[in-house]
Amino acid sequence: MEKRQITVPLMADLAAQGETPEILFWVGCAGAFDDRYKRVTRAFVRILEHVGVKYAVLGMEESCTGDPAKRAGNEFLFQMQAMQNITTLNGYGIKKVVTACPHCFNTIKNEYPALGGEYEVIHHSTFLQQLINEGRVKVEGGESYKGRRITFHDSCYLGRANDIYEAPRAVLEALDADLVEMKRSKANGLCCGAGGAQMWKEPEPGKKDVNIERTEEALATLDGNAAALASLYGVESGNEGATPAPKTNSQGSIIAVGCPFCMTMMSDGVKNKERENNVQVFDLAELVASAEGLNA
Amino acid sequence: MLCIPSIFRPEPQPNFPSVHFSIQNFLFLLVAVAGFGLFAWQARKIRANILVGRDRDMSGNASERLNKTLLVAFGQSKMFKRLTPAFLHLIVYVGFLVINVEVIEIMVDGLFGTHRFLQFLGPLYDVLMATNEILGALVIVAVIAFWWRRNRKPPVRRFQGPELRMWPKLDANIILYVEVVLMVALFTMNTADLKLHQLRNADMPGTFPISSLLTGLFPGNETALHVLERVGWWAHIVGILCFLNYLPSSKHFHIIMAFPNVWYSRLVPQGQFSNVESITHEVKAMMDPSYQVPAPATAPDGSALAPTPFGAKDVDDLAWTNLLNAYSCTECGRCTSVCPANITGKLLSPRKIIMDTRDRVEEKYNSPLIFNPSLYGAEAKHDPQETLDKENHTLLRGYVTPEELWACTTCNACVEACPVNINPLESIIEMRRFLVLEESAAPNSLNVMFSNIENNGAPWAFSPSDRFNWADDLYVAEKETGVRS
Repeated sequence: MEKRQITVPLMADLAAQGETPEILFWVGCAGAFDDRYKRVTRAFVRILEHVGVKYAVLGMEESCTGDPAKRAGNEFLFQMQAMQNITTLNGYGIKKVVTACPHCFNTIKNEYPALGGEYEVIHHSTFLQQLINEGRVKVEGGESYKGRRITFHDSCYLGRANDIYEAPRAVLEALDADLVEMKRSKANGLCCGAGGAQMWKEPEPGKKDVNIERTEEALATLDGNAAALASLYGVESGNEGATPAPKTNSQGSIIAVGCPFCMTMMSDGVKNKERENNVQVFDLAELVASAEGLNA
Repeated sequence: MLCIPSIFRPEPQPNFPSVHFSIQNFLFLLVAVAGFGLFAWQARKIRANILVGRDRDMSGNASERLNKTLLVAFGQSKMFKRLTPAFLHLIVYVGFLVINVEVIEIMVDGLFGTHRFLQFLGPLYDVLMATNEILGALVIVAVIAFWWRRNRKPPVRRFQGPELRMWPKLDANIILYVEVVLMVALFTMNTADLKLHQLRNADMPGTFPISSLLTGLFPGNETALHVLERVGWWAHIVGILCFLNYLPSSKHFHIIMAFPNVWYSRLVPQGQFSNVESITHEVKAMMDPSYQVPAPATAPDGSALAPTPFGAKDVDDLAWTNLLNAYSCTECGRCTSVCPANITGKLLSPRKIIMDTRDRVEEKYNSPLIFNPSLYGAEAKHDPQETLDKENHTLLRGYVTPEELWACTTCNACVEACPVNINPLESIIEMRRFLVLEESAAPNSLNVMFSNIENNGAPWAFSPSDRFNWADDLYVAEKETGVRS
């Protein structure tokens, strides 16, 4: 198989050549620094290269959107970060931003306009859905996910915060997989436990960690284990969907996510439950890039 | 007085309800004026309580607000996430709306001495009375089901929790008992009236499918029936007026407040947190020394006002809409039952934060007629009590502890779950802002995160110069279809 090395275009270089990209890919701190989520960033760039969309990244000019500071109540630090980023984005005349992080997505889309940053902001799930709909990505030629059991964990900042429920599911449907829904899904989805700056602190005393509760639900759903679902405290609160058929051999089952923090929390949960041998956590972009055969 | 002279009660004249005045009408006038007057007096106090909150411009978007109000408040759309309680609640809600038409009739009859004034509606009156009776019976069934869900051992999970002890628990049951009493009064009135007409071989205006089954239980004596009819009539209307004046002390106030509360819902995406404009001015001035910070607002006499703190320490630091939220809460606990922190055993309960807000505003400002937070013990809602700051009895620390606030994942599940669009998350964030910006009292690990963002532009301690390393040695498989043009 032939492979090509990618030189990721930097916005500063494009601007120097007087060019403007179609989209700015906002990588986010997790996408840039977290080893696990760097693989998502790389998968998404492979897709961008494959479809030939003209894109750029800010590279070292990117800085935290300020989301964790704002959710933790540090409005001052948030606004400092926001104004700095807005100055950078406006300086380059950016119109359209695509990001693989729902927290960056929500913050830039909803909270930057009040501070002078108005852009069209798209989460990568919506962007991938568009590429699939337009036939620019065919999700074939690579790994087959046909018949593999996948459940999608809704990120709060994509779902409830911004009402995006269908795009990630449309992407997964294109994989022709055995898509199953957790009882607490879409608007009734249960948080992974990392939002609101929880990612950076120890949880308050309680009887369980949120990510364990959510992982137990995801695993019971993938296994079609009705008894395990029924024993989950609080599942009564979401009534969506029936329990999937039992699946004794969960080999190759997948928890799909669209958020770096959900990725960390669900991966930790799967490890805690000692199920890494048969259940994996993947981001949508990783699944698409691998189904399209873009990994090299 | 109770025996209506037969001259005023001629044989049926379906289209002309008989009119007669008696001391009863005068008495009724007094009772009605007292009942509504007292309620108006209480409503003014509560309005004042809500307006101690910070100003927030919620004008505009009338058509969107109207749609939301019709759908969520009148249409109960968010109730239908849970079908059993939704249907039970729908019965009581529709019963409340339709039976209120009969209350209009009772008012007119009471003031003008008419008897069943709406009978001129003819066949429509039959439908109205029949609907009322069937709904009335269903309301009793629904209320019994509600009582069972709350009082069985153990009750439905969302009716547990430390904040539902003492007054809130009693309040919930009082509401159910009163509703049964009101329905029984209505049936007493109708059954006695029906039987009176039967004894006289007279046509009774209206159709009464339930009362007609009950006439056998009533005495055959006209005087006794008159007394029963009057007792039912008076009990129903006096009961309603008393209940009206109980509402401001009760979670049942939601039957009124839900409507303005939904009208004043946030219309922006749920993920969008409010912008603090005073901070925007400061940050702009820091980044651009030529930026002119607007002059601070002054009191009418030109003197400087005390600076507004960042975030919320007490109820008057919250927006008035947050206080309106507190008065619209019926303590159903849907928020708490979907809260990831609460589900996993943390102290946070969004419902408690809303209940605390109402208790605190009534402790600090106006109390309603019956409920007085100092009498019923606000501390009872909090477990463990020793974490509360009893010296500084503000909303923050006196009612809501930092431990509760820091457990929130800002996931918006509580906001999504609330059938009347209450937003506990806004209040949580306002109190977090106070803790961080006014007291520097964030958990230490969050202070580390803040300094990482300040120093490295990322919440983790990575060097900014490594930010682009992810792009090193990156390859893509070349596919024929995917070759860049």
